Amino acid sequence: MEPLTLDRRTFLGRTLAGFAWMTAVGHALAVAPPVRRPKSIILLWMQGGPSQLETFDPHPGKEIAGGTKAIDTPLKGVQLAAGMEAVAEEMGSIALVRSMTSREGDHERGTYTMKTGWRPDPTVVHPSIGAILCHELPSGGTDIPRHVSILPNQWSARGGYLGDQYDAFRTGDPTQPVPDTKAHVGPKRDEERMKALSVVERAFAKGRSRRVEATLHADTIARARKMMTSEQLKAFDVSTEPLAVRRQYGDTAFGRACLAARRLTEVGVRCVEITLDGWDTHANNHALTKPLVATLSPAFAGLVRDLKKRGTLENTMVIVAGEFGRTPRINPVGGRDHWPTGFSVALAGGGIRGGVVVGETDPEGGPKPKEPVKVGDLYATVLAAVGIESDRVHQTKIGRTVMYAEGSPVDALLTGRE
Amino acid sequence: MWKRDVLFLTLTLGGVLALGANLMPPAEPRPATTHDLAAYQGPALREVVARVDASFRQRWKEKGLAPTAPATDLTVARRLGLGLMGTIPSLEEVRQFEYLPPDERLPWWIDHVLKDQRFSEYLAERLARAYVGTEGGPFIFYRRRRFVTWLGDQITRNTPYDALVRQLITAHGLWTNEPATNFITVTVRPDSKNQPAPVRLAGRVTRAFLGLRLDCAECHNERNEEKEQHRARLWKQSEFRGLAAFFGQTHLGFTGIHDGKGEYLIDDRKSKGPRTIEPTVPFAEELLPGDGTRRERLAVWVTHPKNRYFARAAVNRVWALLFGRPLVTPIDNLETFAYVPPALDLLADDFAANGHDLRRLIRIIASTEAYRLDSGGDPEPTEAHETEWAAFPMSRLRPEQVAGGVIQASSVDTIDLQSHVFTRLTKIFNLRDFLDRYGDTGEDEFEGRGGTIPQRLLLLNGQLTRERIKDDLLTATGRIAASRLDDARTIEAAYLTVLTRRPTAEEVAHFEAVLKEPGPRGKKVEDLFWALINSTEFSWNH
Repeated sequence: MEPLTLDRRTFLGRTLAGFAWMTAVGHALAVAPPVRRPKSIILLWMQGGPSQLETFDPHPGKEIAGGTKAIDTPLKGVQLAAGMEAVAEEMGSIALVRSMTSREGDHERGTYTMKTGWRPDPTVVHPSIGAILCHELPSGGTDIPRHVSILPNQWSARGGYLGDQYDAFRTGDPTQPVPDTKAHVGPKRDEERMKALSVVERAFAKGRSRRVEATLHADTIARARKMMTSEQLKAFDVSTEPLAVRRQYGDTAFGRACLAARRLTEVGVRCVEITLDGWDTHANNHALTKPLVATLSPAFAGLVRDLKKRGTLENTMVIVAGEFGRTPRINPVGGRDHWPTGFSVALAGGGIRGGVVVGETDPEGGPKPKEPVKVGDLYATVLAAVGIESDRVHQTKIGRTVMYAEGSPVDALLTGRE
Repeated sequence: MWKRDVLFLTLTLGGVLALGANLMPPAEPRPATTHDLAAYQGPALREVVARVDASFRQRWKEKGLAPTAPATDLTVARRLGLGLMGTIPSLEEVRQFEYLPPDERLPWWIDHVLKDQRFSEYLAERLARAYVGTEGGPFIFYRRRRFVTWLGDQITRNTPYDALVRQLITAHGLWTNEPATNFITVTVRPDSKNQPAPVRLAGRVTRAFLGLRLDCAECHNERNEEKEQHRARLWKQSEFRGLAAFFGQTHLGFTGIHDGKGEYLIDDRKSKGPRTIEPTVPFAEELLPGDGTRRERLAVWVTHPKNRYFARAAVNRVWALLFGRPLVTPIDNLETFAYVPPALDLLADDFAANGHDLRRLIRIIASTEAYRLDSGGDPEPTEAHETEWAAFPMSRLRPEQVAGGVIQASSVDTIDLQSHVFTRLTKIFNLRDFLDRYGDTGEDEFEGRGGTIPQRLLLLNGQLTRERIKDDLLTATGRIAASRLDDARTIEAAYLTVLTRRPTAEEVAHFEAVLKEPGPRGKKVEDLFWALINSTEFSWNH
């Protein structure tokens, strides 16, 4: 056999050819990033401050319970208040935080804090979680507003410094068609009208084009018209769902809204907020809370079950929260008052680990819960699950530096971070 | 027998003539009301206007800003109508306006508006939002409608503003007989034992009348909080409570609101028991009188001519109504590190020195150069221009103004007290339904939020739009389409009715071409009205 000659030409020729295989291996190793479907959030908003003792954090047999009984769940050692049977069945998919603490005991301020992750600040309006999702997650193919609030009150979710175009689209009970979405005239006249409108707009914009553009009037009209002709509008209508499915959620406006929310996330809506009001039980707590629990429980459980069945639970996060909880002590008129130090929030899906309970409140009604979770921490957790950096610093339009959330994620709540 | 026939013929003829007379546009649009030029020519008034103008010109020079050119008279008239009555001038009013010589037009229009019942009603509603909020309140003890009506009466009578506020603070009696007491009873809640709430009242008094947010101090005691840079001064919880104590002897009994005995007690965290708080004022103690009930003393202190916050807060509010944006933002917090134009003090001093006359204040502001500037220009005004009032600021119209605009824009006649009761009833129902869907900005009306898709949908496809622009006998569309006006004048009439301006050459060219095409004229005029109502221009104050 000839000795291996090592002259330059051969050397280069052989080694380069040899290295060439690296390209192929390199290609194989450079795995394309997994195509992640952007996630959605459904926020079940309990306006008024739901009593944790009558919902997610009962202390049966203790004085603070005021007689409220508890029921078992498939999770060992975890009980829910009586009335929450439907939710108890789904506890394997649900994570509970029982030690939420905020410093806001006022309804408006507490609502703001829980919907944005920050305490009210006179110098800036923070965006709600839905606005952040719409802003950060890719869009495309959704002709209807991607941020919706069903059965809203006056504090529906806002876009804040991200812009008013991220304000939630407000709509009512899904039994009613979305109002004002049909033009009065045929397509030919409609075209004439739009031409006429553009002539009028052009005349007004002369000498003030920047300011007129900033009004977003024409932009909003364009979006409204897109919505009018969209197939996705049907997502608001729950009457086409099978009766069995509708019954699961309960025959209440809230239940219907939860079903509509599921349909909306399926056509690309990023965040749906549904309000259930009436939890502010300063008097007659037990009597007033009972029907609310009866509304919430089947709707929440029905939603989780439905999402699981359709295989979309891992991309859809359901959050149940109110602005604060209620006092362990029952007041002289049988009610409970505001209690922001140690209240409950429930989460399911969208990257949240099910079957987990974080934190504990004092069975004797003391103010300091074990393992407290601040609102900022909750937001950091939610954003981490959804894939958005919460602590990236960016600037608002007027140059103020902001972050999406202050605090750190609670690892116990996130899948893949055990 | 034949007499009956003659009578019948006469009546029919008379009826037809009357109908015809009403349907035809008025031959000679003489102004229906008189005006008092002297009110605008008085030297004292002109001097204040001149000083305000000079202060702005000085500031523009410092900032290197050239103000925009003056806006047309019609534009200014539209601003005044929207700001003071919540509606646009009707075509009828525009004709009367243009009948007068140019330098009399705006003085006539301002007086015309100030005399109109619509002004009293609209201003009453805007003030009521600041005084009692927008919520329904406890029906047993509270009648919002009566309160607003009463406020409207005071405005019609031009009650001096300080007297009005004193009446509110010291009101007593039953909320049904003495509507001013609703200012107090709106705060009655079950959790305050069905008694007026001193904390809430003190908060309202300081925000609405003094332009101070003292009530933040109730929970955020200065020493516990980080410095909030927006505030020039931080209030202490004790100062706020001292003010609340002035309402500590106000009770709700069988005869309504009255002042009696008692103390203002709060729960002391440290001693775990009740503690008496004495009534004290947070500044200008020398203005507090020694005699009278607590509320009487407070009322005198709040409205004292030397209490600078009172006049300034009033000026800020009236400025905001006219311009769509307050001089100092937010409207109920005058303490700020930001630059405050000297106009605030100039106007406040004049206001206090002239009997706190709201109408005089309105006349002065409406006569300033800043109020008459155009919102656009060549070169286009920048954001700095708007901030410094070197261009008239564009602001989104409130839902009531948009609704009022749509309703008025669909009628050539003015819809006011003289209108047929049927017209007025229709207006009320349309208004309520529209507002329900259009949404309400609530109390914080000058926040400048963006428009929403539902609002656009309502104007594009809503029932109010459809009914109001329909081509029929009674709408502006119908009357203008059926009139004998030529194409150019038809288009002009539509523009004047809806946008209170004349069309540009380009707009005339487009719509003349449309009108010349074959097809029913009424439908084309309908489409024109639709376009005008859905334009940016219609929904914004400029």
